[in-house]
Amino acid sequence: MNFEHTEDRRMLADTLNRFISEQYGIEARNKIAYGAEGHSPALYAQFAEIGAIGALFPEEEGGFGGKGLDISVVFECLGRGLVAEPILGALVVGRALILAGTAAQKAALAGIAAGECIAALAHDEPGSHYELENVSTAARKEGEGWIINGSKGVVGFGGKADLLLVSARTAGCAGEAAGISLFLVPGDAAGLTRRGYNRFDGGRAAELVFEDVNVGAEALLGRDGEGCAVLERISGYALLALCSEAVGAMDVAKDQTLEYLRTRKQFGVPIGSFQALQHRMAELVLEVEQARSAVINAAAAIDQDDRATRERALSAAKYSTGSIGSLVAEESIQLHGGIGMTWELPMAHYAKRLVMIDHQFGDEDHHLARFIELGRQA
Amino acid sequence: MDLQFTAEESAFREEVRAFLKARLPAALARKVRNNLHLSKEDMESWHAVLNERGWLANHWPAQYGGPGWGAVQRFIFENECALADAPRLVPFGINMLGPVLIKYGSDAQKQHWLPRILDGRDWWCQGYSEPGSGSDLASVKTTAVRVSDAAGDHYIVNGQKTWTTLGQHANMIFCLVRTDKDVKPQQGISFLLVDMKTPGVEVRPIITLDGEHEVNEVFFTDVKVPAENLVGEENKGWTYAKYLLTYERTNIAGVGFSVAGLERLKIAADRMQYKGKPLSQDPFFAARMARVEIDLENMKTTNLRVIAAAADAAAADAAAAGGGVPGAESSMLKIKGTEIRQEIFSLMRRAMGPYAAPYIEAARDLEYGEPLVGPQEAVSAAAAYFNHRKLSIFGGSNEIQKNIISKMILGL
Repeated sequence: MNFEHTEDRRMLADTLNRFISEQYGIEARNKIAYGAEGHSPALYAQFAEIGAIGALFPEEEGGFGGKGLDISVVFECLGRGLVAEPILGALVVGRALILAGTAAQKAALAGIAAGECIAALAHDEPGSHYELENVSTAARKEGEGWIINGSKGVVGFGGKADLLLVSARTAGCAGEAAGISLFLVPGDAAGLTRRGYNRFDGGRAAELVFEDVNVGAEALLGRDGEGCAVLERISGYALLALCSEAVGAMDVAKDQTLEYLRTRKQFGVPIGSFQALQHRMAELVLEVEQARSAVINAAAAIDQDDRATRERALSAAKYSTGSIGSLVAEESIQLHGGIGMTWELPMAHYAKRLVMIDHQFGDEDHHLARFIELGRQA
Repeated sequence: MDLQFTAEESAFREEVRAFLKARLPAALARKVRNNLHLSKEDMESWHAVLNERGWLANHWPAQYGGPGWGAVQRFIFENECALADAPRLVPFGINMLGPVLIKYGSDAQKQHWLPRILDGRDWWCQGYSEPGSGSDLASVKTTAVRVSDAAGDHYIVNGQKTWTTLGQHANMIFCLVRTDKDVKPQQGISFLLVDMKTPGVEVRPIITLDGEHEVNEVFFTDVKVPAENLVGEENKGWTYAKYLLTYERTNIAGVGFSVAGLERLKIAADRMQYKGKPLSQDPFFAARMARVEIDLENMKTTNLRVIAAAADAAAADAAAAGGGVPGAESSMLKIKGTEIRQEIFSLMRRAMGPYAAPYIEAARDLEYGEPLVGPQEAVSAAAAYFNHRKLSIFGGSNEIQKNIISKMILGL
């Protein structure tokens, strides 16, 4: 038993943290994240250069990491810096290529890892509400290729992504795991309409409408109708990444709130001397440690073969960081008082991100129910 | 980072499991599992079994009869004992007084008292709380006045202690007493060892809300205590008292107890019927069980992290006493650990439905020969739930733990 990160991971974290603090400070970040593009192409390329994306993939696939803890370390740093770059898309699409891609399909990995190709998972739909199997978008065979019709919702950086990983039903009906297939679709495919918009917490997303989008046979990733298992695995990576990002963001919100309690004076004394506030802060701090433990458990479980063990740990972590993330956001705002309500205060943007993470890949209720269901199946 | 135990640690766990399988009597485990009454002999017999194996005083250095374990081994041992439904050791001699004597006692005191703790000749109880000193422990009022006469130096002790757990079985009590009233409260306290058979010591039971006799009041009227029973220096008792409290909080998370309790709860919830299905399939009940299960999974890792950090600190500073006892972080473990345990007791009570209400005290004896009213778990579900409300009160209430976190970890 040992809870120390390896030297390599500590160096990676140091490099990332230094880069973020120099290039991605909160003012710069807010300009980027709330700007028209929602991220910085120049800085994204630099993130790739210092290894933030390569660390997400194993060596045999051209990366230099790829273990649960590598992903966790990277995203915790991104969370500390509130980084709004399309790295989550790179992770999930990259892992899908590794899991199910042919040699030709995997060629796209190099561009993703280099930050030259922005990739996005187009899976959620306007009515799917976190349900993995609830896919209505359909693909029908036409000659050698496929024709895709349907809608995808809140696709991260879907408006400018070069490469979309699209889930579509080739058999069965919405709600069934069987019959879901995955397709690699270029962002500029004919018949694809993209409506991009800003996210509340910074960054961009898009609604996508597929109208008779024609793709070739080589677009199918993995086996026809068996995409759901791949979706579950790549969603698992997304869960670990988001949970790690949340813990990074929690740490900063917590530290800034603690600093405020130490320095803000009312009635002639620092407000941190009031027991009513001390106890709320103490609770917050111990819950953050519980969230950190949940992420460690998830990182340790992600490469486990036993599905129930792996997926339960991931859902447990998402439930934990979801509920604790909201707690940290709400308490940090409350403990700051009025200033906590302002755009000017960095903490406020952490609070926004923490709450919005709960809305990605399933919220705390969704994952609590999933945790129960997986336990029943086991 | 590696969550798995090393080969050595796993081998140790197997050794503990084998020992428990061979030496923990099934009847005793059944009593513990079902929250039945434990007799004084039950507790003494388990104490003796552990002593025989050399695993009793697991915090003590080897030279005083401890097994020489590190923090991880202690955790594994405590955890396995809880999972096997071993009785909780009466901690006052082994886990509380022992470490204080080892650090602050004279050679004569160590030689005299430590072997008697190990072999069970002395049953110690704790004279800390008073009617006016609960969370504000430094306000103790029980007095000890030093006198000299022909028989030598003595203290004359007057006052009252309370919440004295299992004091009815004890022959010795360690007390915080006031030896100087004219200084700051913390500076006038001494640490005194008192023979409970001395004239003027009177033990009166306190019956708790579950009808049990677990705690007592102890009255001292002109009790004559030999001066050699003073531990360390006069008026330095607060330092020793605080040192003792850090040991009181080890294993405070009680992860093993919670794991065992959750297993029992799941079995009960699968068996109890609600709306024609097992209660465990009711969405609301299932959600409450899942929440506590996730909290517990997180807690296990938090506990291991704290232990690993303490072990690292001990390794870095070999001279540090205690061999890796966690500091203020144990306050976090105490709060969350007790919340989890209490929630499990609460869910077990709920799981019993109307059968939480019937209470036949005699059914809490293993020898009870009548048919039970309701399921086995119902015999003690309400009593165990109420009894364990103490978890968030004793050992420094959870609110006091938050004060400690604020001061020691957050610097507020």
